[in-house]
Amino acid sequence: MSFGYGGGPPVLRDVDLTVTPGELVAIAGPNGGGKTTLVRIVLGLERPDSGSALLFGEPAHRFSRRATLGYLAQRAQLELDAPATVEEVVSAGRLAAGGLLGPLRRRDRAIVDEAIDRVGLTSVRRRPLAKLSGGQQQRAFIAKALAGNPSLLVLDEPTTGVDVESQEALGALLNRLHRELSVTVLYVSHEFGAIERYVERLVLVRGGIVFDGRPADLPAVWHDPSHQHV
Amino acid sequence: MFDSEFMRLAFAAGAVVSLLAPAVGFFLVQRRMSLIGDGIGHVAFAGVALGYLLDVSPVLTALLAAVAGAIGIEWLRSSRQAAADQALALVFYSGIAGGVVLVSAAGALNVDLFAFLFGSILTVTPEDVVVVAVLGAVGLTTIGLFYRALAGLVLDEEGARVAGVPITFLNLVVTILAAMTVAVSMRVVGVLLIAALMVLPVTAASRLAWSMRSTLALSMAIGFVCVMAGLSVSYYADLPPGGTIVLLAAAAFVAASGVATLRER
Repeated sequence: MSFGYGGGPPVLRDVDLTVTPGELVAIAGPNGGGKTTLVRIVLGLERPDSGSALLFGEPAHRFSRRATLGYLAQRAQLELDAPATVEEVVSAGRLAAGGLLGPLRRRDRAIVDEAIDRVGLTSVRRRPLAKLSGGQQQRAFIAKALAGNPSLLVLDEPTTGVDVESQEALGALLNRLHRELSVTVLYVSHEFGAIERYVERLVLVRGGIVFDGRPADLPAVWHDPSHQHV
Repeated sequence: MFDSEFMRLAFAAGAVVSLLAPAVGFFLVQRRMSLIGDGIGHVAFAGVALGYLLDVSPVLTALLAAVAGAIGIEWLRSSRQAAADQALALVFYSGIAGGVVLVSAAGALNVDLFAFLFGSILTVTPEDVVVVAVLGAVGLTTIGLFYRALAGLVLDEEGARVAGVPITFLNLVVTILAAMTVAVSMRVVGVLLIAALMVLPVTAASRLAWSMRSTLALSMAIGFVCVMAGLSVSYYADLPPGGTIVLLAAAAFVAASGVATLRER
């Protein structure tokens, strides 16, 4: 498939990508290379100009089981003004599955508790996000995505504003969650160092897919995908 | 003060307004749509003028105009016909211009109209209190029912959109609530100052709160205290209630900021 915004020049050209359920895939590439656009098409937020995007066999823009999609948008946590607690953020992850009206039911609250526990934030569950480190804030948003019991988890630039140590911890956490929950994970980042040792597959995007394989097979010239290699 | 019926009515209407305006404003402020109440207020002004022209209840016509204006702003914003600030400006200026033209046509440029613009405790009637109480109850019940959904939208709209949450419907709920709040509040604080009562208590509460729920509760508490105190001061000092209430809300923000600064040291 190919795609350009508003009929403009293509941001993505001739993309052919299939992800198998249960895979942990890193989607990397330089800023402006089309990673986020690719993810938005996968999630059905944009429709390709040519070709098609399928999600678990259904057209992505008409996907019927949206409540099973967990999405951590780029820099979502940094745009938050409200003094929300970890518990409040994660509870928002039950919105699609738990209904719009009234307070959360007991069963939904148990799922929220489990998601908070999985990311190791139980001890700070009632603390405002603003009082937590960047890494803890990201884990809270990952727990929010997990609270929907997702079959697909998409994380867009999850290491933005997070120190190196927390990036490593985040990579280990994602690896554990992937193994424990057998969830399909798309990890989108302009750099993939934090997750390189855990991913089975690396997709490099720069206006199209320029590499698709095991990280170990990545040619040396591509090893820092944020650089402007041809 | 409570010997006078008009003060009892003003306090009854004020109590409802003081709780509803910050509760609705909470969702607007968190989504960085603080000025939408101002835009809707100007459209409500045109609605008041239309009421005078047609010789029907100005509260009713203001409510209808405010809902139409609110839906218009939301449509312009969400369909990307105009940027959010441009959508607001378009509705804002059209509202005030329409109001001036309609007022002139109705020959109603008098004290009564001034009361709608800036609020007046003398003009609250028993019928107004009934309308305010009913609309206030509907508004607060709606917020109670949809709190979790609206808070979820505040926290992560894009994530909610991906998960299939009906964003457009929930945005419409918020904008109609804002329109209702303007119509309900205009007798007490006036259409030109109502936005302040929706925003200032929330910004003050944000300085002190420790969670979203506590922000909402504190906003309503600050709103209540400001309206009750404002009405009392305006009665004894013979000041316009809308301006007095809003100045107290601004003072509450300054005080809350001071407390927050001291607490951080």
